[in-house]
Amino acid sequence: MRTLLQQSIERLLADAVTPDVLRAAEAGVWPADLWGKIEELGLPLAAVPEDLGGAGASWTDIFVVVRACGAAAAPAPLPEAILANSLLAAAGLEPPESGAIVFAAGTADAPLPEVPWGRHAKWLALHDTRTGRIALHALAEARIVLDNNVAGEPRDTITLAPGSLVADAATSAATDAVMLGGAMLRSAQMAGALGRLTEISAEYANERVQFGRPIGKFQAVQQQLAVLATQAAAAVAASEAAFLMATPNTEALTTASAKAVSGEAAGKGASIAHAVFGAIGFTHEHSLHFLTRRLWAWRAEYGSDAYWAEQLGRTIAARGDEGLWPLVTAAFAETKTDD
Amino acid sequence: MLDQFGPPVLPPGLEPLRADVRAFLADWGSAYPAEKRALSWMGFDADFSRALGAKGWLGLSIPREYGGHDASPFERFVVNEELLAAGAPVTAHWIADRQSAPLLLRHGTEAQKQRYLPAICAGEMYFCIGMSEPGSGSDLASVRTKADRQTDGSWLLNGRKVWTTNADRCQAMIALVRTDPASERHAGLSQILVDLTLPGVMIRPIKDLSGHEHFNEVTFDDVRLGADALIGVEGDGWAQATSELAFERSGPERFLSAMTLFRCLVGAVGPAPDARQAVEIGRLVAWLISLRSMSISVTAQLASGQDPVWAASCVKDLGTGYEQETVEVAMRLIDSLPPGAQATTTRRVLAIVQSMAPSFSLRGGTREILRGILARGLGVR
Repeated sequence: MRTLLQQSIERLLADAVTPDVLRAAEAGVWPADLWGKIEELGLPLAAVPEDLGGAGASWTDIFVVVRACGAAAAPAPLPEAILANSLLAAAGLEPPESGAIVFAAGTADAPLPEVPWGRHAKWLALHDTRTGRIALHALAEARIVLDNNVAGEPRDTITLAPGSLVADAATSAATDAVMLGGAMLRSAQMAGALGRLTEISAEYANERVQFGRPIGKFQAVQQQLAVLATQAAAAVAASEAAFLMATPNTEALTTASAKAVSGEAAGKGASIAHAVFGAIGFTHEHSLHFLTRRLWAWRAEYGSDAYWAEQLGRTIAARGDEGLWPLVTAAFAETKTDD
Repeated sequence: MLDQFGPPVLPPGLEPLRADVRAFLADWGSAYPAEKRALSWMGFDADFSRALGAKGWLGLSIPREYGGHDASPFERFVVNEELLAAGAPVTAHWIADRQSAPLLLRHGTEAQKQRYLPAICAGEMYFCIGMSEPGSGSDLASVRTKADRQTDGSWLLNGRKVWTTNADRCQAMIALVRTDPASERHAGLSQILVDLTLPGVMIRPIKDLSGHEHFNEVTFDDVRLGADALIGVEGDGWAQATSELAFERSGPERFLSAMTLFRCLVGAVGPAPDARQAVEIGRLVAWLISLRSMSISVTAQLASGQDPVWAASCVKDLGTGYEQETVEVAMRLIDSLPPGAQATTTRRVLAIVQSMAPSFSLRGGTREILRGILARGLGVR
């Protein structure tokens, strides 16, 4: 399923996500055409079990979808929808058939800050921090205060309207399931964006001529590109491990590691890409910033690298020096096969 | 190139083996101090290597008919990462097990396999690798040590190798030498097996900045080798030597060299770290888990018959940087450690690992050479 998913999402995004679409999305236009195609392929329901109307894909399969969204800077909440629907399904709730769905943690009677793509979403999967239950809310009547992250992606404050509750149920999800799930998604998106940055930076280094030769001929540039590639590789491996271990729920140790490593890699990688592209890459006209600004935004969302490092540090310290290595190997023990 | 990192899948069924190795190490290590563990895979103990051989943990991927165990690369991965995480003294057999045995299995004659592989698997025969020379460091293709074929088929070896780890404690060297005197660069090189007890071999240990004598200068003065000293095909030495690089560059020894220091640090910080300590330790854990994931991913590629040299170089560059960063983290936290025996031990271990750290990104191909390889893989040259 993984290969099939990867091919369909990459083809779809290659066709539908152009610089014009990205600029329009940043100006507040909902890419209805793109979202329609995403729904046609059933992608928002990919991780939902078949008996609840989904495709029953494993998180290992989903990884390639989320990574592709990051690589294309896709201006639509597909990663969010996949997680929101899987949270509902895990609680036995049937996900809505159509309409963008996103997720948040909080309570139904208080404003929910920084909800991704809130203004464009029809539905919200709310992990209630007071009751621990998962609820599906309709957003048609919700009060929405607009805001954006540094990449211009909608991050709105939502206050649910009375009577917005569609269904709710108890869940076995961890109390910080939204934080962990969001961190897992963002780490894979950063991995995708870093992979794409590596490709376009290498291409540009072979094209751009200075001192009479392509700048890629200079060892100083080669060494920088190599570092960018290693950081991208680290983000890919770290986030892939988190998805691999997320069966059925996000797994704390690998997810925290993935967000910490990908976040650090995002900082280093974006910096190198800008160094390679020089002044042209710093312009709004050039499309480099669609990736680098997203890397900065995603690095900060659902816990920065320092946030997750601190969580990990406390976990490890509590286990002591004898517990360190067993915890590392247990974080990534025998793999389950779920294909 | 990033595609070379497939899903990092460790197959099921390895945990009993891991538990066995841990139990063995727990029995062995109770009296083995942190200051010795700090040497990681530069710690030499022939008794320990023989004990591992007796347990069946050397030559894991070598066929049974040659004394090996027909095991998967994953079993080897698990055994080695457990040994390294514990700081066990593995250097005696390390090169023979990692490189020489697979090389002989792939390119050696039947007689060479019969002669050397069982002894390697038993932990009794140790190898070193003759690569660098006084005039050939990163530019390895410029080696000048030469083996001249004699009319009777034997070889006459002359030249000098340097930075040869453990040459003074190994029985044999596999050297990259020039067998075609008229050749240049990568052509005309061959791999040749040198019995280090032969007349004309002079081994001079070189003390490194930490005071240890791991590496050596080895001089060959008209050393006469039998016709059977050649490994593989004459003139194919460069291709043969580089074909094992993925194994050499992606293993857990590329990110676990400073593990003893990290463990000491965690112990010395104690169970209730402040925010700064927690962030620093947690960051090292995040990278450790991720590097391990990368290494498993490369192992999986190797197990399926791929040759992920690019990904392996990636692991080595990141991993050795991580090992060196462990020293930096320890240095940043050293004054914050609660006073006591663990803080004192951590200071001693830090001093040892700090003295070794510059070599982490030199041995097995320097960081700058690796990054050149990585850039070429991206299509930049």
